Amino acid sequence: MSDAVKEKVIEIIAEQAVLEKSDVKMDSTLEDLGIDSLGLVESIFAIEEAFDIQVPFNANEPSESDFDISSVAAIVKAVQGLVREQAA
Amino acid sequence: MKRVVITGMGTINALGKNVPDTMAALAEGRCGIAPINIRDVDRLSIKIGGQVRGFEPEAHFNRQQIALYDRFTQFTMLAAKEAISQSGLEFHGLLADEAGAIFGTAGGGVNTWDENYRTVYEEGKNRVHPFVVPKLMNNAAASHVSMEYNLKGASYSVSTACASSNHAMGQAFMMVRSGQSRAMVTGGAEAMLSFGGIKAWEGLRVMSKDACRPFSANRNGMVQGEGAAVFVFEELEHARARGADIIAEVAGFAMTSDASDIVVPSKQGAARAVRGALRDAAMAAQDVGYINAHGTGTSANDKTECAVVADVFGPHADKLMISSTKSMHGHLIGGTGAVELLACIMALRDGIIAPTIGYEEPDPECTLDVVPNEAREAKVDAVLSNAFAFGGLNAVLALRKA
Repeated sequence: MSDAVKEKVIEIIAEQAVLEKSDVKMDSTLEDLGIDSLGLVESIFAIEEAFDIQVPFNANEPSESDFDISSVAAIVKAVQGLVREQAA
Repeated sequence: MKRVVITGMGTINALGKNVPDTMAALAEGRCGIAPINIRDVDRLSIKIGGQVRGFEPEAHFNRQQIALYDRFTQFTMLAAKEAISQSGLEFHGLLADEAGAIFGTAGGGVNTWDENYRTVYEEGKNRVHPFVVPKLMNNAAASHVSMEYNLKGASYSVSTACASSNHAMGQAFMMVRSGQSRAMVTGGAEAMLSFGGIKAWEGLRVMSKDACRPFSANRNGMVQGEGAAVFVFEELEHARARGADIIAEVAGFAMTSDASDIVVPSKQGAARAVRGALRDAAMAAQDVGYINAHGTGTSANDKTECAVVADVFGPHADKLMISSTKSMHGHLIGGTGAVELLACIMALRDGIIAPTIGYEEPDPECTLDVVPNEAREAKVDAVLSNAFAFGGLNAVLALRKA
């Protein structure tokens, strides 16, 4: 289940970055991948749609949102948490 | 070139249903932002706005008019009535042939789109009211004003997102300054506080759930408003000859395009517009006492705008006052520059600077005098009104005391 979440998040990020999934490393930052603020908002929308969750994210101060976007790993972890909460 | 003055003004917005009430609210630092009352609000995550409350269209318009007037047109008609009646102008003969109505709106008849999409998609009906198209079109407000007041010259709508009404007023200014018309009716309106209108903004994730706090370190986004403001721009000698009350002079205007990003503002593009307005008005930077900021309450705008002012005005940036009245009436999108011009006029005519309310924490990247929380008395001879739209389209007006 958790691996499926990870797979899907990476797929969404890869699509946004126009990269192969294999190019998206867990320690990559969105900046490394060339995803700008608009790309980030689109990725979050895609994540919400894919998992039917609400991501707490304010584009005004992305770094101060409850949702950690500092790396791909952080995003995967945060989404896994939200998916678990959703199931609970 | 002719000189251009304002001889009439009108408005309806969350702060008041006319100019005196709105200016009183601006001077008191009153907040018009509150929980909104619209259909399906429970399905929205943003539930606040600068909504025009206690507004009954039936009190102002007959059934036939309501069938044709979307809410943004209704707002425009009421503001136009106040403005044109204050100006004392009547449009006949040659003056009517020259005079036109130029209005800004970003969305036009958003409520009409919303209601009729519900009819066909949600309710599954296959027929809509015959006037849907003339009701929702962006130029409906300009056209109805032209019809009501016999304005037979250049009339059209301008849609440049958050700069729409500044662009519209800039066009009207240029019409009068060039001598093409001795009078123009101009301004803008927006009525986007509908389920679809708010849902679209939610998607962008730049909206605040609690308040609009421009320039405050704890800001968390913008808040939508609705309403209209309308002005009569008139050639100075024409106004003098008929003994009109001259409210303020429109001295200059500039517009630029960032040509860079669809949502992120550019310091260079905005700064070129501010400098351009000063140049067009033959105004020295140190003459400017007050700027009505675009000040949306998003970090992208506020930080860029403060950097622009610091850059253009140099040491004078610390002496001038700059406030965002969006903290009170919300962001009227395509109508916002028009309502904000009222704050500029209040500064010039009454010597009262409207505050930026909701200001709680200083932001090291916004260190200008943002007139926090309380209005201030000050003698001001020249002002600017900034509008920096999505799409990188900037429009800045410069006004002088009459």
